[in-house]
Amino acid sequence: MNITEKIIAHASNKSSVSPGDVVFANVDKLMIHDVSGPGVIKVFEEWAKRGVQLEKVWNADKIWISEDHFVPSADRISAENITKLTDWAKKFGIKKHFKYGLGQYGICHTLSHEEALVLPGEFYVGGDSHTNTTGALGALAVGLGHTDIAYAMMHGRIWLKVPEAMLFKLVGKKPPHIMAKDIILKIIGDIGTDGANYRTMEFTGDVVSEMSMEERLTLTNMTTEAGAKNGIIAPDSVADEYIRQRTASPYAPILGDDSRYLEEYTYEIEKLEPIVAKPYSPQNAATARELQGIEVNKAYIGSCTGAKLEDLRSAAQILKGKKVKIRTEVLPAAQSIYIKAMKEGLIDIFMEAGAVVGPPTCGACCGAHMGILAKDEICVSTTNRNFPGRMGHVESQTYLASPLVVAASALKGKITDPRDVTK
Amino acid sequence: MTIKGTVHKYGKDNIDTDVILPGPYLKIHDHAELSKHAMEGIDTEFSKKVSKGDFLVAGNNFGCGSSREHAPIALSHCGISAIIAPSFARIFYRNCVDGGYLLPLEVEKSTLEQISDKDSLEIDIEKNEIHDVTNGKKFPIRPFPPLIKKIIDCGGLMYYKE
Repeated sequence: MNITEKIIAHASNKSSVSPGDVVFANVDKLMIHDVSGPGVIKVFEEWAKRGVQLEKVWNADKIWISEDHFVPSADRISAENITKLTDWAKKFGIKKHFKYGLGQYGICHTLSHEEALVLPGEFYVGGDSHTNTTGALGALAVGLGHTDIAYAMMHGRIWLKVPEAMLFKLVGKKPPHIMAKDIILKIIGDIGTDGANYRTMEFTGDVVSEMSMEERLTLTNMTTEAGAKNGIIAPDSVADEYIRQRTASPYAPILGDDSRYLEEYTYEIEKLEPIVAKPYSPQNAATARELQGIEVNKAYIGSCTGAKLEDLRSAAQILKGKKVKIRTEVLPAAQSIYIKAMKEGLIDIFMEAGAVVGPPTCGACCGAHMGILAKDEICVSTTNRNFPGRMGHVESQTYLASPLVVAASALKGKITDPRDVTK
Repeated sequence: MTIKGTVHKYGKDNIDTDVILPGPYLKIHDHAELSKHAMEGIDTEFSKKVSKGDFLVAGNNFGCGSSREHAPIALSHCGISAIIAPSFARIFYRNCVDGGYLLPLEVEKSTLEQISDKDSLEIDIEKNEIHDVTNGKKFPIRPFPPLIKKIIDCGGLMYYKE
């Protein structure tokens, strides 16, 4: 069995499982945020009307809540959602509640690794599609809707179909201008936004072994954009070191054993060029140089995909001592990352370059607030989606790229390969 | 069970959740209010066109993108009883079934080409068959896997007993 199959077998108390099997599996961790949380509460309200009452959650210590999409509260409704969620969490004894303006908080997927809330070998469900992110730690991390999360919250279990698996071997020497974002945009460009539908995407190879945890998280984050049920990377010494810097909690890693894959792909990363996904789909891959000269109005460095500490370092390396030519926004993905970036001098670099630095939030990535796009506005962004209307007006446009490409483009006001500004 | 209604066809592949229910409305949890914005990213008049029981016909990978349950809720609340498409994105599919909102019906790609906007359909869920009353043709539906069928028969995951 591959890692995903072994975790599902373990979570469902079976000696083995095969692709296509449907099982009920025990959940180890569960997450909701300020959009899915009120949605889940609404499901419980509807169930109560039909005689199914939530007396208590299955395990309050295994549930955590983040305030991330519409925070700091964008308007009256989002403020009310936050107070509703806060009252509900208190009633059901959920203590791990990351509140903005009250210490550590940030984008849910960033907290999942930054706070080591999920550990290798665990089955983690989150009320958000990019829950896949956390698979980089060697966990089975699956995004679900409100009803499924409500069911899991009540019973500690949820049904799963064992997915077919696709293995991506990333080999060779990664050039310094290439980031995990380029690799995953290239893969999605090749297999399409439904190329991994209902499947698992597992990453391996010497490029992955040498990658930092934060870069690995970019790979798994965007498996969602290929339709994958989950993305996963075998836990190794890099994962262990990352986790041990954050928690002393014991964990039992699960590794593949005589692994089976439906499809295998090999990518020679040495030859890869910086990649940009054109509007209106993450699968519209082109090289940055093919698109060079396309004028953009705005650069956005934010989200769970593109505002981790190393993303900010990469952008700062390009922007240091220079001035941006277009409106540029930087939103670190969590308070802890903001603090580290500040101590390293990255925030000074951004602000001196002319960028605005905002609080951690999903913000404009999902078109919520904090710099959404007007009609015909064109943005180059470190985020993960560029569907019509994703970041604002339905006729705005978003180009997805790595923090290096976004920063280089901010300096020129045009789509730019980072190699063309660092010389 | 036979359901009857009119087709609203948007034949594109990869119709995503940002189109089905745009991000700014994610803070709304009132079902009636959400339904006003269904499919707003592709057709701002959508909710006014739909009558109770109608069908949405779409291309591959319908519902890709976010896990927002707002998307099937909005479609269901404005009257859509089933979506007919060659394939669905996984979280969207689960949300339709587990929430008991509407039926995601998988058909052959060739079926999509033969059903037109405004056609009248009669769908027999037990026989897995679509009857296009307008053109007289019949099309098969891919049968639901056993667990999915049980959850649908229960009216949603809430009522399902393991």
